[in-house]
Amino acid sequence: MAEFLSLHDAVARYVEDGATVAMEGFTHLIPFAAGHEVIRQGKRDLTLIRMTPDLVYDQMIGAGCVKKVIFSWGGNPGVGSLHRLRDAVEKGWPNKIEILEHSHAAMACAFEAGAAGLPLAVLRGYVGSELPNVNDQIKFIECPFTGERLAAVPSVRPDVSIVHAQKADRAGNVLVEGIVGVQKEAILAARKSIVTVEEIVEDLTEEPGYHPNACIIPGWAIDAIAVAEKGSLPSYAHGYYPRDNAFYKEWDGIARDREAFTKWIEENVMNAGEKA
Amino acid sequence: MSLEYTSAEMMTVTAARALQNGMACFVGIGLPSEAANLARLTHAPQVTLIYESGTLQTKPDVLPLSIGDGELCESALTTVSVPEMFRYWLQGGKVDVGFLGTAQIDRYCNLNTTLIGDYQSPKVRLPGGGGAPEIATNAGEVFITLKHSPRAFVKDVDFITTLGFGRDGKGRDNVPNIGRGPTRVITDLCVMKPDPDDHELTVVSLHPGVTREQVQEATGWEIRFAADLETTPEPSERELEVLRELKARTARAHAGK
Repeated sequence: MAEFLSLHDAVARYVEDGATVAMEGFTHLIPFAAGHEVIRQGKRDLTLIRMTPDLVYDQMIGAGCVKKVIFSWGGNPGVGSLHRLRDAVEKGWPNKIEILEHSHAAMACAFEAGAAGLPLAVLRGYVGSELPNVNDQIKFIECPFTGERLAAVPSVRPDVSIVHAQKADRAGNVLVEGIVGVQKEAILAARKSIVTVEEIVEDLTEEPGYHPNACIIPGWAIDAIAVAEKGSLPSYAHGYYPRDNAFYKEWDGIARDREAFTKWIEENVMNAGEKA
Repeated sequence: MSLEYTSAEMMTVTAARALQNGMACFVGIGLPSEAANLARLTHAPQVTLIYESGTLQTKPDVLPLSIGDGELCESALTTVSVPEMFRYWLQGGKVDVGFLGTAQIDRYCNLNTTLIGDYQSPKVRLPGGGGAPEIATNAGEVFITLKHSPRAFVKDVDFITTLGFGRDGKGRDNVPNIGRGPTRVITDLCVMKPDPDDHELTVVSLHPGVTREQVQEATGWEIRFAADLETTPEPSERELEVLRELKARTARAHAGK
């Protein structure tokens, strides 16, 4: 049953040093507030899973929280590189990180398999790609019925998953609207889960525009809910605020330079507190 | 009467013309997205555009900066989860054409978006595969568009992120349930197609005013030219007008608050 906690307490309780953490949201609803709280609490040696690491993992990598990243597309969308990710991979700053890379199709299937409680995901994938040469977690199996060669990857089973959503109700049920990515799969695949929300309402089913096929994650499938208003900026929350594309472009300049990055984290994360 | 246009506009218009009305197209971000939306706004109003963020049949008014901009979802028929997008719609065989960009491409149309140099100590680390590895094999065919340069067009890519026709041109031979692969490559200089027999890229059409020498200089191997080499038709006034309006709208929308 979902427990309502402050963001500080949710992260302190569920994100341990050395944990495997998935913070999802496909371009949309990226849990930045939670990522910043992880940085503020000085968590270390995390294995981070995310299809598109985006700025949130760039920041956590640069802040020294990370030992390994599992991903499928590590860029600043529409802008260019993630310079903190690159600096860590290419030069080992602030520490050397290990990477394990997949394709989107494989990671999406791996999240789904995790939610389904399976040990592996099977897909018609990686044909002719050299990714299996550099990622020993990509194997090929033979279909027992047709003999077709198919790719297999281990399912994603994070210690903790964190997603951001529009709203939760008093019973802890969460509504996700717009681009839903793999948020639901991430929550259901994890041992523990935290959902940050823009706001809390009385009862989701009484909300205007509620639809019986809406993407709802029931409260009994979630461990902690924390309110984090504007918690996905500079990403966006469908129906609440748009993506801050200008900041995504600006980040390129900040992240290129170690000093500029360190100063930005100091001012905007470390000294900003939970309400930042 | 000859119109004034840039080589970038020539590339986008030519890429757009590759899409036919009624096709279902899985769209990559950047140049492919620009071309696909130009097609939708001109000769192919019934083209179905699909982005990997789960947005199905989307009709964005401005070009998205990211693959998951809100505009894509708000203008879509419906938005599905990312696993559903890759499993049902792409792997399920509902996509006619995948439209991709790339950092590096080689003579057998293999694409590299992973890194330049050696995997363990890369010279340049690129974003990675994203949706491309499975788009290229599960879509019916693949169009590729990118700017022509010797850095991009190399004899052998440093890393095959995404299959064209493999290191020997035979990478799709005898593979069951696989798409036709790349059928055309559109650049700012020319249009290329894989040779029907050995799959090596061959220039089939030069853009107006472009010479064979220019294409050769911008290509990192000895490029073949088709015996019946053609000249690419120029953009029309309407195509240029629609493209320029689309780009102006996009620039205004992304300028920020």
